[in-house]
Amino acid sequence: MAEAEFIKGNEAIAMGAIEAGCRFYFGYPITPQNDIPEYMSRHLPDVGGTFIQAESEIASINMLLGASSTGARAMTSSSSPGISLKQEGISYMCGSQIPGVIVNMSRSGPGLGGIDPSQGDYFQATRGGGHGDYRTIVLAPHSVQENYDLTMKAFDLADKYRNPVLILGDALLGQMKEPIRRRKYRKKEFPKDWTMTGAKGREKRLIKSLYLSEGELTDHNWMLNKKYQSMKREIMFETQFMEGAKLVVVAFGSVARILKSTVQMARDRGMKVGLFRPITLFPFPYAALDKISHSIKNFMALELNTGQMLEDLKLSVGHKKNQVDFYGRPPGSIPSPDELFNEIKKIYKKRIG
Amino acid sequence: MYFDCIIAGFGGQGVMLMGNILAYAAMAEKKKATYMPVYGVEMRGGTANCTVVVSDGEIGSPIIQRPMTAIVMNLPSLEKFGPRVKKGGLLVVNASLVPEKEVQFKGIKCLMIPSRDLALEVGNERLANMVVLGATVRKSGVVDLKSLKKALYPALDRRYHKMIDVNIKAMERGARFVTEGV
Amino acid sequence: MKQTFKRPKALVDIPSHFCPGCHHGIIHRLVAECIDLYGVREKTIGVASVGCSVFLYDYFNADVVEAPHGRAPAVATGVKRARPDNFVFTYQGDGDLAAIGTAEIIHAANRGEQITVIFVNNTVFGMTGGQMAPTTMSGQETTTTPFGRDLKTNGFPIKMSELLTELPGSTFVARAAVNNSKNLMKAKKLLKRAFEVQINGEGFSFVEFLSACPTNWKMTPKQATERVQEEMIPYFPLGVFKGGQE
Repeated sequence: MAEAEFIKGNEAIAMGAIEAGCRFYFGYPITPQNDIPEYMSRHLPDVGGTFIQAESEIASINMLLGASSTGARAMTSSSSPGISLKQEGISYMCGSQIPGVIVNMSRSGPGLGGIDPSQGDYFQATRGGGHGDYRTIVLAPHSVQENYDLTMKAFDLADKYRNPVLILGDALLGQMKEPIRRRKYRKKEFPKDWTMTGAKGREKRLIKSLYLSEGELTDHNWMLNKKYQSMKREIMFETQFMEGAKLVVVAFGSVARILKSTVQMARDRGMKVGLFRPITLFPFPYAALDKISHSIKNFMALELNTGQMLEDLKLSVGHKKNQVDFYGRPPGSIPSPDELFNEIKKIYKKRIG
Repeated sequence: MYFDCIIAGFGGQGVMLMGNILAYAAMAEKKKATYMPVYGVEMRGGTANCTVVVSDGEIGSPIIQRPMTAIVMNLPSLEKFGPRVKKGGLLVVNASLVPEKEVQFKGIKCLMIPSRDLALEVGNERLANMVVLGATVRKSGVVDLKSLKKALYPALDRRYHKMIDVNIKAMERGARFVTEGV
Repeated sequence: MKQTFKRPKALVDIPSHFCPGCHHGIIHRLVAECIDLYGVREKTIGVASVGCSVFLYDYFNADVVEAPHGRAPAVATGVKRARPDNFVFTYQGDGDLAAIGTAEIIHAANRGEQITVIFVNNTVFGMTGGQMAPTTMSGQETTTTPFGRDLKTNGFPIKMSELLTELPGSTFVARAAVNNSKNLMKAKKLLKRAFEVQINGEGFSFVEFLSACPTNWKMTPKQATERVQEEMIPYFPLGVFKGGQE
């Protein structure tokens, strides 16, 4: 096994990308993700790659669209306001079935908001933040190692489904440092019979999202929907302390990470609290939560927003007489494990006693 | 084992470096470690702090409300983090900048380090952070002093490797201050 | 009988959707002739934009990727950087290039991207039904300037070729028209030079074509072609602005 290295979260994403064969990066500066373009600008030339600091987030996503359309592995990263600008391009990429990896080390909004950790972009990420009926796979790491591993996976998923894949983190996951172990990326081969290479010795190819003939776009949308449905096989989640749990707390990303300490505190005090952490936010682990909800009745969503993933949790377990509670912390400060413990204790007392 | 601490001071005192070295030392002992720099508006105004967690097992939260240990390098840091140290915990104070009369906390151990004087003894007052780090490690036993010294190599940029010897001296001086009281 | 005129290999044999008197078809043909001339069809990657020009992908017998409105130069940047040995061109109208896509064209030119940009300026938004474009002439009536473009409230018709000429990153910038055979011959020459600039790795090349839009100008094809000569050319002068002789 490789020696552990002490790495900043943002850098782990950049390292994972290069290891997975990403050779094109397009971006525009925005806090708190600048370590990613900075790392790429320094290290992509070593592997014959290309780094472009674009004139805007809009240009970045469209450069990604262009590079990916040739079959190259390419990435862009930004933070919330910049991801808003990229939505047009993401919609086109979905409509045209062009892969690509997009990192959102999100910050707080709405508007300019602030640079604190936030999970206010959950809806934007999971519902397809741009126009049209589309989805992107959304991966939510909760550690520096996962930043690295899931970035590599993102490239495979993007190629496998010919669809953009979004990595959703925040300043906590971007700025913290942890030891990580690098691993050799095992290259998987995906069909490249659609890429822009020049029509040499073959029919011309066309990559587009415009469908004007009658019924054509309807079929296209159903075909895309079928693809999004098939992504369910990629669902990932983590559970802790589920045996005998009376209350399951559900959280992703940075909050889930903080909660790992909180849940330990609760168990130390004899409270039967389990943790459920979705790793894929789209597709969301509805079925897994539903299954759990047949034996456990009390759920609580905790998020750095005023209630977004909460809706998915309710869709999963909000049937029968299950209780779904919520603690939201809009951006401005990060809750400590102790604060979250107090919130969970209140709910635990009310529901379980 | 589990250990967490907040290291705080003003910009230029090298508190971020202290956190990094501590985390590298833990890694050298095959422990898990997280390092979380302050982030956001707090960065402005010249104060800096970071949180380091060290453990044998998986680390949950990289941020801590009530640390087991706090290292405060100036008075504003003492005021902010002193009251937050857990009962029975350890507060390490840079006595060169924080008057002893300000350090009035019940139920925790307080360690006053005349860091500037000790740093000058080994050659340079800018080594005050290493003196305090050496003292903290000796007092808490979170890692071996040897590991702490070793951690200077990965933590410091190559340009500063010629300074490693004098940094080691500073760490040792801080540790000796804890053992011998002078 | 000897055949003296035939369809370029780079064009597909299908009927076009362009209105009678529209110059797009002529400009398509010029581009296709150059693709044939330089033998680059098999390594051409076209970038289609949004507007009447979007159907480029149906007409050209080459790989084409569609770009969002105005973003073709950014998409072409990504394509060309990933495949530097391919011939990459964008084909954009004035709404696309000179309004929503101003940032993308300026910065692609300024980076000296090794792409060729075909800019079709007909002083109006065509596909959306004849609204004001940034290139709409002073006093020109459009569906959103029903009383004529008022320079005081709508600003001035933008001269993209002149603008891009000033950028140190652009290599070849020229303006052409296809309203008569003389201008057409000149246009072909300029386009050839633009192709050579990319093929020789000299940098960014840009050709603006003044084009007629009889439908949205509410004119006959003949009147529209005359308007190019009488109104457009005096304001948008033809010729090479940078990077070669006429």
